[in-house]
Amino acid sequence: MRDALWMMLAVTLAAAAALAQDKVIAVTAERFKFTPAVIELKLGEPVVLELTTLDRKHGFQIPDLKIDESIEPGKVTRLRIVPDKAGTFPFHCDVFCGSGHEEMAGEIVVKP
Amino acid sequence: MNDPKGRREFLQLLGLGGVVFASGLAGACSKILRKSAGPEDDFFFVQLSDTHWGFKGPPNPEAANTLRQAVQAVNALPIQPDFVVFTGDLTHTTDDDAERRKRMREFKAIVADLKTPVRRYMPGEHDASLDQGKAFEEQFGATRYSFDHKGIHFAVIDNVSDPQAALGDKQLDWLHADLKPLPAEAPIVVFTHRPLFDLAPQWDWATKDGSKAIDLLQQWKNVTVFYGHIHQEHHFRTGAIAHHAARSLIFPLPAPLSQPKRAPVPWDPMHPRRGLGFREIGVDESRLVLTLKEDSLEGAPTAQPAAAIGSF
Ligand SMILES: [Cu+2]
Repeated sequence: MRDALWMMLAVTLAAAAALAQDKVIAVTAERFKFTPAVIELKLGEPVVLELTTLDRKHGFQIPDLKIDESIEPGKVTRLRIVPDKAGTFPFHCDVFCGSGHEEMAGEIVVKP
Repeated sequence: MNDPKGRREFLQLLGLGGVVFASGLAGACSKILRKSAGPEDDFFFVQLSDTHWGFKGPPNPEAANTLRQAVQAVNALPIQPDFVVFTGDLTHTTDDDAERRKRMREFKAIVADLKTPVRRYMPGEHDASLDQGKAFEEQFGATRYSFDHKGIHFAVIDNVSDPQAALGDKQLDWLHADLKPLPAEAPIVVFTHRPLFDLAPQWDWATKDGSKAIDLLQQWKNVTVFYGHIHQEHHFRTGAIAHHAARSLIFPLPAPLSQPKRAPVPWDPMHPRRGLGFREIGVDESRLVLTLKEDSLEGAPTAQPAAAIGSF
């Protein structure tokens, strides 16, 4: 039990250390857009996306990467991404947020 | 129900994607289908979808008239269907709760002109996602329910009241309990708004826990799902289950992932109402053969001018 606790602590510290070094990109969500709508990443360079909302609850889904997060008012959703393949990965809001919700999308472009 | 011939025909139809297009004029199929009015005879029903009452914009400059036109087209069928089902997005979304209710009342008043007195409703995300189905329930009743009609069990399931497009375990339990008494061969028809399978999650053309519903439905051998949401005809199979999307009555959307954005197909003044239409579904005596016929609003006579809407 005590060992398990130490293990967990170690993992948490490692994660925090990784987060501390990673480049941070702030992404805001609002009806009906993301800013920036195009997020450029470099292959193999980990980043942390800090997702916040300016108005109501939105979603942040990247189906190709099996990522599905919520962005709640007053909270920061941190998402660590290690781009391991080049290409374009569309994301969109998957919390229906009104007339215009269908346009609320963007893409992550991973450059080699 | 166990008639081997009927069953064979059913499987043959499914081999073709579950679709048969009757050639000829609109309504020809219903004439063939319904020889007499006995309860054991074949019958048909009509699916209307995505009417988006309240929508305004260039993708449909006739939006104030299209729903009326659809009602008139259904009323013009030579034989009237047993019932009409609306598979969601009856109204276009609005942030204003009072306006949402007004649109729902207007919608109801327009479809009250259908000659068929039996209408079944379910919400789409435009009707229900901003208030978790509250206004819909007030105006139309439950967002999930089941009913039996002439030997077929119909289940309506709700993948829109949750703004994240999930059915939820509670509803899945309800569906299981609802279907449990039915034998494995029972003909079952499911109505829902979004596709239950992952048609195009990038475009929100999926149900988050739809695979759970499909796994559950897989226990029955004769399940057909009719849905809307994608504003175009689409046919797909998951195992033994056939899934059929209907066209919309407001504007068509492009084929799944055929272009970067899920933007409406632009209105074509040379071909007004192209891609808009509804569906007749014929059911044979065995209750296992479903025949789909797509009716287009393109070329249909222009609807009567809109009555004064302000009086609702
Ligand atoms: Cu949103």
